[in-house]
Amino acid sequence: MSHLVLNGLSKSYGGVTAVQSLDLAVERGEFVSLLGPSGCGKTTTLQMIAGFVAVDRGNILLDGNDLVSVAPNKRGLGIVFQSYALFPHMTVAQNIAFGLEMRGIDKAERETRTLEAMALVGLKGFADRYPRRMSGGQQQRVALARALVIKPALLLLDEPLSNLDAKLREEMQSELRQIQRSIGTTTILVTHDQHEAMALSDRIVVMNHGRVEQVGAPDTVYGRPASAFVASFLGKTNVLRGTSDGHGKVSLGSLSLAMAGAASGPVQIAIRPERLAFAAVGAAGLDARVLSRVFQGTHWLLTAESAAGALTLMRHNDGHPVPAEGEAIRLSFAPADASLLREGAAG
Amino acid sequence: MSLAISSRATPYYLTGPALLVFLGLVIIPLGMTVLLSFYDWGQYKGIVPEFTLKNWIEVFTDSYFFEIFLRTFRIAILVTLATMLIGVPQAYILNRMSPGWRSAILLVVIGPLLVSVVARTLGWALLLGSTGLVNQGLIALGLIAEPLAFMFTETGIVIVLIHVLIPFMILAVWASLQRLDPQIENAALSLGAGQTTIWLRVILPQIVPGILSGAIIVFSLAASAFASPAIIGGRRLKVAATLAYDEFLNTLNWPLGAAVASLLLLALVAITVGSNRLIERRYSQVFE
Amino acid sequence: MRKNGPLALCFNLLFVIFMLAPLLIVCVVAFTPEGYLSLPTRGPSLRWFKAIFDYPEFVRAFRDSLWLAALSSTFAITLAVPAALAIARYRFRGREALTTLFMSPLMVPHVVLGIAFLRFFSQIGLSGTFLGLLLSHIIVVLPFALRLVLAASYGIDQRIEHAAISLGAGNATVFRRVTLPLILPGVVSGWLLAAINSFDEVTMTVFIASPATVTLPVRMFLYIQDNIDPLIAAVSACLIAMTAGLLIALDRIYGLDRLFVGSGKG
Repeated sequence: MSHLVLNGLSKSYGGVTAVQSLDLAVERGEFVSLLGPSGCGKTTTLQMIAGFVAVDRGNILLDGNDLVSVAPNKRGLGIVFQSYALFPHMTVAQNIAFGLEMRGIDKAERETRTLEAMALVGLKGFADRYPRRMSGGQQQRVALARALVIKPALLLLDEPLSNLDAKLREEMQSELRQIQRSIGTTTILVTHDQHEAMALSDRIVVMNHGRVEQVGAPDTVYGRPASAFVASFLGKTNVLRGTSDGHGKVSLGSLSLAMAGAASGPVQIAIRPERLAFAAVGAAGLDARVLSRVFQGTHWLLTAESAAGALTLMRHNDGHPVPAEGEAIRLSFAPADASLLREGAAG
Repeated sequence: MSLAISSRATPYYLTGPALLVFLGLVIIPLGMTVLLSFYDWGQYKGIVPEFTLKNWIEVFTDSYFFEIFLRTFRIAILVTLATMLIGVPQAYILNRMSPGWRSAILLVVIGPLLVSVVARTLGWALLLGSTGLVNQGLIALGLIAEPLAFMFTETGIVIVLIHVLIPFMILAVWASLQRLDPQIENAALSLGAGQTTIWLRVILPQIVPGILSGAIIVFSLAASAFASPAIIGGRRLKVAATLAYDEFLNTLNWPLGAAVASLLLLALVAITVGSNRLIERRYSQVFE
Repeated sequence: MRKNGPLALCFNLLFVIFMLAPLLIVCVVAFTPEGYLSLPTRGPSLRWFKAIFDYPEFVRAFRDSLWLAALSSTFAITLAVPAALAIARYRFRGREALTTLFMSPLMVPHVVLGIAFLRFFSQIGLSGTFLGLLLSHIIVVLPFALRLVLAASYGIDQRIEHAAISLGAGNATVFRRVTLPLILPGVVSGWLLAAINSFDEVTMTVFIASPATVTLPVRMFLYIQDNIDPLIAAVSACLIAMTAGLLIALDRIYGLDRLFVGSGKG
């Protein structure tokens, strides 16, 4: 049995569906991200697990026990809020010790555990500081320590890094990952930032319009998106139009590929810009014309048009000449790098 | 207390006590007062709970009451206009001051609000009397030969009410000035506008809602003012509030006093609610 | 923002004189050594301040006013805190109507309220009692308490309470340990503003006060109706001095601008 199981979890607000029949199983110690644009239902899902939003239908099973009927203050989950939600009238130590106090833990143990938690997040010596007098990154650490010190069964992170600047965010990402690994708490992260989700998670749950689009390891979700939405939401991608003959052959403009699984008729194929290459001279490929090229330091970003649709491709800045605007090019890629997109929801 | 552990009934539990108190102590007494205005009264029989329109007919037809209501609203309009004329520029000056000066002037604006209106009116009675400082000063300056009559005149009442109510105007206008983009004057300057144009075309249109909401407060407080008109106006120069007081505590004709009070309440509610609606409709698109 | 010109500063000076003159004249006249209203040209004297104590009705009215202000604002804040929390964070049927109702004592002329209470209390046998005064003052000062607590409640990030709940705190604990400390500045200044307004109220109180229970402003009002002498100036001067002290305290706690912008008073 998985550690946390969401079973047909549903919520709607006055007729508008926020989350529709969500199923998910999370293993003990796993780090799972709920990723999607705002309004996709990821935050509502987190709030239902936390107990701040009532569940319409479905179960939340933690070690087999249904949480739905448990009051939010009895669930024993650690939560880090987007705004940190620190108690402004309490010191760092009082903030962290609050949950222990609620559990009736005696003063001596409270102090030891608070100090341990502060050491864990690198806040030694800040015990008597008030949150207002700390930087965003430090407040973030207090919030994390406060959530972890109660040894929660589950750690819920609600866009915890979105208020930090880019550099600090990267630092906190690796630190968060390392802390989570060392204590092994099952963690659910809600984020709209694909980089954050990919950097931190064991698995990513991509959500859109209250539904799960795809669940998988970061490289799988990125490399083999299951739908046009996933393909477009995670990084840049090219969606090409082609035709399948229904017997494992797909033609894209001037290129013909072996791809199993497609029914006869029009198909959509996703391919990442960095996986597109220039075809060897005389080899088969997809003919295209360069529309624009933009220099980006480590690489060039080219846009081109072809019979199968508009394309973006990356060319490493390795000293080789780069085709100019208006030049004709021929592109190729490994069939394994392309994924056949599911019908339906387009991004 | 919190949204998290709560049911749909929670807000009703939380507001329930206050609601009960207000039902018992506002709605019922006000209702009883309106009801009282339809009761009969006689010098010797006292209040007789029999339905009659006589008090209302008297209030609407007797020129004595008409004159008092007319005076009340005339004073209220004059006070409102005067507080606008003084308060709007003063709020603008206040807004342009350095923070230190501003809080000092703010103390001058707000401080008197917290002093009992009786003490403030007493000050004016001392100043405005026939041997008061104002008359002495004007005579010393050679502007007048004989002392001017301020006490027991409408002019006196208006002066005192301006003093009592101008803080409300200044605060309302200042609040809307604070919402202005501080760069907006510079923007207008860069486009070639002069100071007068900036005032009339850029600043004023943006603070009109503030001025109007200040005006509504000042008007309704001026029309229902009691202590200042009672002290400055004396027993003869009556306004609606002092009239109701006399009917209740001197003549003891409570039903007639209740009719006067009900009429004052209805007139003020109609005027304030009506002008609030008008302002909201007119300005809701431009602001907020 | 551009600077004020000389004309503006003159206007400002005249305005300050206009605002302060009546208060200053009261304080100056209070120090007169004469037996009639006059400026203390022969040097200041405390004669009339001492005379206040020969009129026990002023001292008693002052004491009653203080009690009334303290009690009515305490009850008002007790009703206002839960009501403000409900209004600030729930969307429920009748929310607008309730807010209007609770704010209505600002809009209803106090003379009308006075008449209504006089009629009501005489019907239920509370006329002339301290309880009657107290009940009526709770009503008129509640809007001031409510508005400040409301402003403080709107400012709270509700996730702070959620954090406390997630850490295991129950409703009562969340209120006592988190919500109340966060709205405390609003509660304190709401209480203070309510108390000041109760202390100053005269228009409504004049209807329901009786010789046995009378507040200081009403006592002063009735006195002035008969005659104006240096004694009443001395009483007023004491009030003005007291208010000035309070004003400074209030400014320290909360900041006057936040307290009064958009305020209304009867």
